[in-house]
Amino acid sequence: MKVEDFDMFSTMLKQRSGLVLSRDKAYLLESRLMPVARKWNMKGLDELAVAIRTRREEALLRDITEAMTTNESSFFRDQKPFDQFRDVVLPMMLAKRAARRSIRIWSAACSSGQEGYSLAIMLLEQGAKLDGWRFEIVGTDLSSEMVEKAKAGIYTQFEVQRGLPITQLVKYFKQVGDKWQINDKIRQMVTFREYNLLTDLTPLGQFDVVFCRNVLIYFDQPTKGKVLESIAKLMPTDGVLYLGGAETVLGITERFKPMDNQRGLYVVNQPAGAQAPRAAVG
Amino acid sequence: MKSCLVVDDSRVVRKVARKILEELHFACSEAEDGRQAMEACAREMPHAILLDWNMPVMTGIEFLRRLRKMSGGDAPKVVFCTTENDLAHIQEALSAGANEYIMKPFDSDIIQTKFAQVGLI
Repeated sequence: MKVEDFDMFSTMLKQRSGLVLSRDKAYLLESRLMPVARKWNMKGLDELAVAIRTRREEALLRDITEAMTTNESSFFRDQKPFDQFRDVVLPMMLAKRAARRSIRIWSAACSSGQEGYSLAIMLLEQGAKLDGWRFEIVGTDLSSEMVEKAKAGIYTQFEVQRGLPITQLVKYFKQVGDKWQINDKIRQMVTFREYNLLTDLTPLGQFDVVFCRNVLIYFDQPTKGKVLESIAKLMPTDGVLYLGGAETVLGITERFKPMDNQRGLYVVNQPAGAQAPRAAVG
Repeated sequence: MKSCLVVDDSRVVRKVARKILEELHFACSEAEDGRQAMEACAREMPHAILLDWNMPVMTGIEFLRRLRKMSGGDAPKVVFCTTENDLAHIQEALSAGANEYIMKPFDSDIIQTKFAQVGLI
């Protein structure tokens, strides 16, 4: 691939999705964009590059961005964060929201929806102790294709075997041909919408718990900081943020700090002086 | 080191499964059908059994029902690994005492997560 073509693709991807593509990842462009080129009746990436320069057609740019952003997900991915949710975060939130009895959870960059559905399953498994509580789980992703897939809740045999115990497959899914669809009760607990993390997030509303796992790793430092600051604005002072195993807030933003003894969990940092009693207005 | 008995009439499947399980630090032994598996369990109960369904001589489900009636036969964690991929078979396996269920084709990720879910890893 020509250097100027690589630079053009990577600049475009950075602007649209925050994705940072280093030169050694050029092979990813080849493998992921060939299907896009074929879909648009082009012979290869050279022709694709020409089309971007000359037409800048939104639908084409969108296809390229969606093809390049990683869409890996699985049910109960990494397991531990979900155990922490059940054992630490949920009990804490139940105590803090006892008056309101409602909790909002955001699965940011949700891909095909498994994280949100895993949380819904986990909540249902809690049984009667959550009676009278309202849980709203919102999943967002930059890719319209992923959002559609998440909404449909239909997964391949491979996907339902990654992380999902067989008893839960039997309990919460129905077989549709050679695929598996999550049942209506679970689907109604999660809403999905297309949303870009680099845009203004305030229309999404406030979230008590935010899952933003394995997203920041694709961004450069300033973009990580910007996204974390916009997430902080959506969270109450007692909110909890989840990051992926290879991610941290340290050295990136002061808006969050690690939760004591809970790896991967972060709490909102109170600005200095915010907790101090206000000086009397005199 | 935990032990795993791999029961499948296909030599290729046994070889693939064995390789994956050995990477997960299991000591593996093999059986070609349910009867061979019964004999192996009578000698020594393994910690885990990866079990095919359709096999000559004795099927996996028949083996499982007999295993669970044997002395000490409730101990091994049994993970089905079969091309039978419909709800009815899965439910039959669970009610016969299977701990997990893998629908073929499988890969090392699936074996690893399923074994982790039943507490073997």
